[in-house]
Amino acid sequence: MTVTTDDTTHSHAPVAQAAQPAAQAHGQQHPIKLYLLVWGLLFVLSACSYLVDYFDFQGYLRWFLIVLFMLLKAGLIVAVFMHMAWERLALVVAILAPPMAVLVLMAMMAWEGDYTNYLRVIFFGA
Amino acid sequence: MTAEPVTTEHVTTETTLQSSLHGMVADWSSDQRSFKSASWGKAMMWIFLVSDTFVFSCFLISYMTVRMSTTVEWPHPSEIFALEIGGKKIPLILIAIMTFDLITSSGTMAMAVNFAYARERRKAAILMLVTAFFGAAFVGMQAFEWTKLIHEGVRPWGNPFGAAQFGSSFFMITGFHGFHVSIGVIFLLLIARAVWRGDYDVGRRGFFTSRKGRYEIVEIMGLYWHFVDLVWVFIFAFFYLW
Repeated sequence: MTVTTDDTTHSHAPVAQAAQPAAQAHGQQHPIKLYLLVWGLLFVLSACSYLVDYFDFQGYLRWFLIVLFMLLKAGLIVAVFMHMAWERLALVVAILAPPMAVLVLMAMMAWEGDYTNYLRVIFFGA
Repeated sequence: MTAEPVTTEHVTTETTLQSSLHGMVADWSSDQRSFKSASWGKAMMWIFLVSDTFVFSCFLISYMTVRMSTTVEWPHPSEIFALEIGGKKIPLILIAIMTFDLITSSGTMAMAVNFAYARERRKAAILMLVTAFFGAAFVGMQAFEWTKLIHEGVRPWGNPFGAAQFGSSFFMITGFHGFHVSIGVIFLLLIARAVWRGDYDVGRRGFFTSRKGRYEIVEIMGLYWHFVDLVWVFIFAFFYLW
């Protein structure tokens, strides 16, 4: 029974395979050395962000450093571990551009949160 | 629609793949497929990850909103997540260990992908098992952290340290992330088993899809796993350090 279903699902496989680019046969293979380097960098950056808390930096310096180390780590993971650096721009843009909409939501909710706080201070006198 | 033009199209696209912005326009306006360098499996995993990005973004943004709008002081994560080691209180130490643990698992996963493509299936399977071990360890530490906080009286509706919204944000965000890690560990074990047995060499059909798999599945699995690590980077920065 399973054999027949398999045959039907695979009937159009040759077409799909014909469309596979040649580059894919080799896959994403990169030198292990590069992965170890990124691994090390991620360790150092994580240690840096931990030190921000350990040394108890405050205010804008704290926020700036946290966001800086966060973005560097995120960039390394996406570019090297997730192989984004070797993908074609069509995929890179399709994946990385939509999440930028989140920044708009963030700005709107920051505005909203600030306003709610303002109302609470005025009406509940906290 | 005959098979013939498809084959000729394949030959031409392969020889004329352009780079940069011009290439992007060409890819998107071409026949059949826009993602020339990614298989459908990889493209679908990426699209799933984009949707997951929005889920976690919504959690983090709602956390930002409640933290900004409350008039009660926000509890200090640095002190709450401190552990006493050798009679000395070290701030945020458990979270730091969890961070290093997850990064290490990401490193072993990246190497597993490499060995899978090199057809060194034993090495790939072992590295995937190591990854799964670090993932399980992460979930274990999280369970420890939850237990500790629950004993200290942190609840989704309130806690003794400050703003009530701290508990709901904490349980929701770390809970959802821990759930992702747990699912990842299960899939890592399943795929590590298939790689170890050489399923992708002999073309053994999968138990769920009843289709033959390829070693690319390890890379696709890796995308999910690195994403889990990526989300933790943001949680670590915004929830624990801010």
